Amino acid sequence: MLRMPEADQSVLARRGEIAAALRQIVPAASVIDSAIQMRPYESDGLTAYKQMPMLVVLPETTAQVSAILKYAHANNIKLVPRGAGTSLSGGALPLEDGILLGMAKFSKVLDIDFTNRCCVVQPGVTNLAITKAVEHEGFYYAPDPSSQIACTIGGNVAENSGGVHCLKYGLTTNNIMGLEMVLITGEVIRLGGKFTEQAGYDLLGVMIGSEGLLGVVTEVTVRIITKPETARAALIGFPSSVSAGQCVADIISAGIIPGGMEMMDKPAIHAAEAFVKAGYPLDVEALLIVELDGPQVEVDDLLARVEKIALANKSKTLRISNSETERNLFWAGRKAAFPAVGRISPDYMCMDGTIPRKKLPEVLAGMAKLSKKHGLAVANVFHAGDGNLHPLILFDANKEGELASAEAFGADILRLCVKVGGVLTGEHGVGVEKRDLMDTMFNPTEMDQQLRIKCAFDPKNLLNPGKVYPTLHACAEQGRMIVRGGALPHPDLPRF
Amino acid sequence: MKPRDDKDLAEAVRAAKTPFEVLGLETKRSLGRPIEAEKLSLAAFNGIIAYEPEELILECGAASKLSDVEKMLAQKNQMLAFEPPNFSNLLGSKHAGSIGGALACNLAGPRRLKAGAARDHILGLNAVNGQGEIIRAGARVVKNVTGYDVPRLMAGSFGTMMVFTSVIFKVLPKPETEQTCVLRDEGPAKAVAQMAELLATGAEISSAAYVPKQGTYLRIEGIAASVKARVAMVQAAAQVQEVLKVAHSRNLWRELRDVMPFAAEGNKQIWRIVLPPSEAPAFLSALPDGAEYFLDWAGSLIWLAADAKFNPRAQLPNGVATLFRASAESRATAEVFHPLSPELAALSSRVKAAFDPKGLFNPGKMYKGI
Repeated sequence: MLRMPEADQSVLARRGEIAAALRQIVPAASVIDSAIQMRPYESDGLTAYKQMPMLVVLPETTAQVSAILKYAHANNIKLVPRGAGTSLSGGALPLEDGILLGMAKFSKVLDIDFTNRCCVVQPGVTNLAITKAVEHEGFYYAPDPSSQIACTIGGNVAENSGGVHCLKYGLTTNNIMGLEMVLITGEVIRLGGKFTEQAGYDLLGVMIGSEGLLGVVTEVTVRIITKPETARAALIGFPSSVSAGQCVADIISAGIIPGGMEMMDKPAIHAAEAFVKAGYPLDVEALLIVELDGPQVEVDDLLARVEKIALANKSKTLRISNSETERNLFWAGRKAAFPAVGRISPDYMCMDGTIPRKKLPEVLAGMAKLSKKHGLAVANVFHAGDGNLHPLILFDANKEGELASAEAFGADILRLCVKVGGVLTGEHGVGVEKRDLMDTMFNPTEMDQQLRIKCAFDPKNLLNPGKVYPTLHACAEQGRMIVRGGALPHPDLPRF
Repeated sequence: MKPRDDKDLAEAVRAAKTPFEVLGLETKRSLGRPIEAEKLSLAAFNGIIAYEPEELILECGAASKLSDVEKMLAQKNQMLAFEPPNFSNLLGSKHAGSIGGALACNLAGPRRLKAGAARDHILGLNAVNGQGEIIRAGARVVKNVTGYDVPRLMAGSFGTMMVFTSVIFKVLPKPETEQTCVLRDEGPAKAVAQMAELLATGAEISSAAYVPKQGTYLRIEGIAASVKARVAMVQAAAQVQEVLKVAHSRNLWRELRDVMPFAAEGNKQIWRIVLPPSEAPAFLSALPDGAEYFLDWAGSLIWLAADAKFNPRAQLPNGVATLFRASAESRATAEVFHPLSPELAALSSRVKAAFDPKGLFNPGKMYKGI
């Protein structure tokens, strides 16, 4: 069972007083304190965990956010920021004694600036809405997490979200130019702007992907780029994951960086095909979708090269899209892979490790063994270009013990990823889901170094505590704490 | 002090009572404010640790020479896509310096428009913090969001937070060829407007610069057939005076990358100014007599040579100005890096202390007290 920091009873006892104080800052209706109205906030995309917050507050201006944080800081009240609540790692899981800070009212596109190729938006704007706001001029916002219709840009900043196109176009962190953010003290700072440089340290770099632990983002400047002239995809079936993996390596070695390069294993192919009838071959062990985008002549030329490489790697089937309809059909199966698996299993759990690509056969073989050990099936979809693996563990939460088995299986998969030189999470974030596995990747000294960054931003540990790191950290004033002798600092601090 | 390995380095830092001037290959030592402190040379940390072209991964010692690294990558038709400049002529040093230095200074060349800076390609590093602890951050994979992004925070930290011993970078395929379209000089306002217009086409321009009296340059890279088609796109959209073929084009962008127009010794100070491209013309309209400049990054980067009296920050509402080349005396007294708001300065100082609580590494290099 997941342990969270112990609730502060003295804070809970002051719940009414805190709600009243928040109503001095925002309109009364923007403070939610009834159980029935708080229910939608009790979990995020990681629905296995639920917790009602103490209160929900929905600010709509930077000044309100600043006042709320200042108040929380002065009164030692924890805060959990939330965008659309699509996190797959429990990043927005509420705390019993914490204020849930919903940013949904920050939903305005503030400035569309085609001349400087950027867009200034409030953090509650959805990822896809940015593209919708600029596509009439042929522009788009590149990072495209699969939740893009619902997830907010503020959440993308918190999680450093990826998507199928990030090998070529980068993660969120490569596409954000500036932020306005509020520190826990209520101080408002600006990082970057409509230009790609910051004064002083790269604090943008550390803010993006910090999972709501360092500050609350109130404005985002994103880079927009021109839409490629065309895109075509190849659908390639292989007799083994080894030959599919080698094909990916050969494509990249040939100097080709596809716009998207996705792999599915046999269980995932079958589930997807049964669901969307995309015409996937069912007699192959691995399926690759390779999408090239850019000027027509380049796409055609590179697709011909990809075809040659695929044949040299003994591909069994190969189709190249000849229309947008066909291209979208190739993708339909992959994009529906999660619900497709949801159709064949009462529940599934989506994992998110990254591995060095060449280790794929070893990891798939290891996963097959683990599948037997835990008695649960697994289907794999894989951002093949960048080594980001999404094993989907199939289970039935209504069966006694299966959730625990699925969690144990997932943890074993992530340990395997780390063991072969990979990492716990490629794009979903650590949140609460992988928090207790952090010590498989970082030793106590390294973990402590990261916790001292937290101290520099939030020494009282009030912003999203209990997420990402398995221990809290006692911060000295000004973050000037010196640890000597290699001893683990604060052995008395509870692990939760 | 010249430690041989990371244990040696960690021990030296733990034993230190006084600060260090952190040095790699000493080619960019004149960037930032001068420091009077014991030298800490990282020259021993060189050599390739792992290069896996099919994984797009390079790990090497922080003091590995950029020129050696780039030569090795080129053999596999790969590159550091952020195109680290070689400031040796500008700064009077011997060569382009080290790969760790490229990260510490967050270098970026003309391809920044498309490919970003060192910060956009760093994946991991090994370092020693100011408490003499060995810290590993990031990993040898291209996609990773596990924990705070410590490697990216190190970009542009000028050796003030941790001392890097090795770095892991994402590498990318080299474009097969390139050409450059040249547009007639019609002044900076017209140039910036034209660059913005052409960047909005499907021509996928990877670099765009304006040099007064020469004109506007637009670089197009990729496979030959694609380059040809995209050059035609530019020709259809603008009056192209000349198209530079591959050798000429590469040479041009190398010269602009390395700030060769201002390489000659002179009394003028050299500023590197980054601002919203659309605000460049207004900034340039108020330059003092004798000031010289050229634009890169479609107008977002201004390289400026001006008299010591001139302070560009007075006319820069949005942007970041760095005093890039000036005498040691000037750098000791001037604000070399762009001033921070009080809140940001306080936060930066706390972040520095999180890594280097005793202030051992390059104290004052960027800002007084940081």
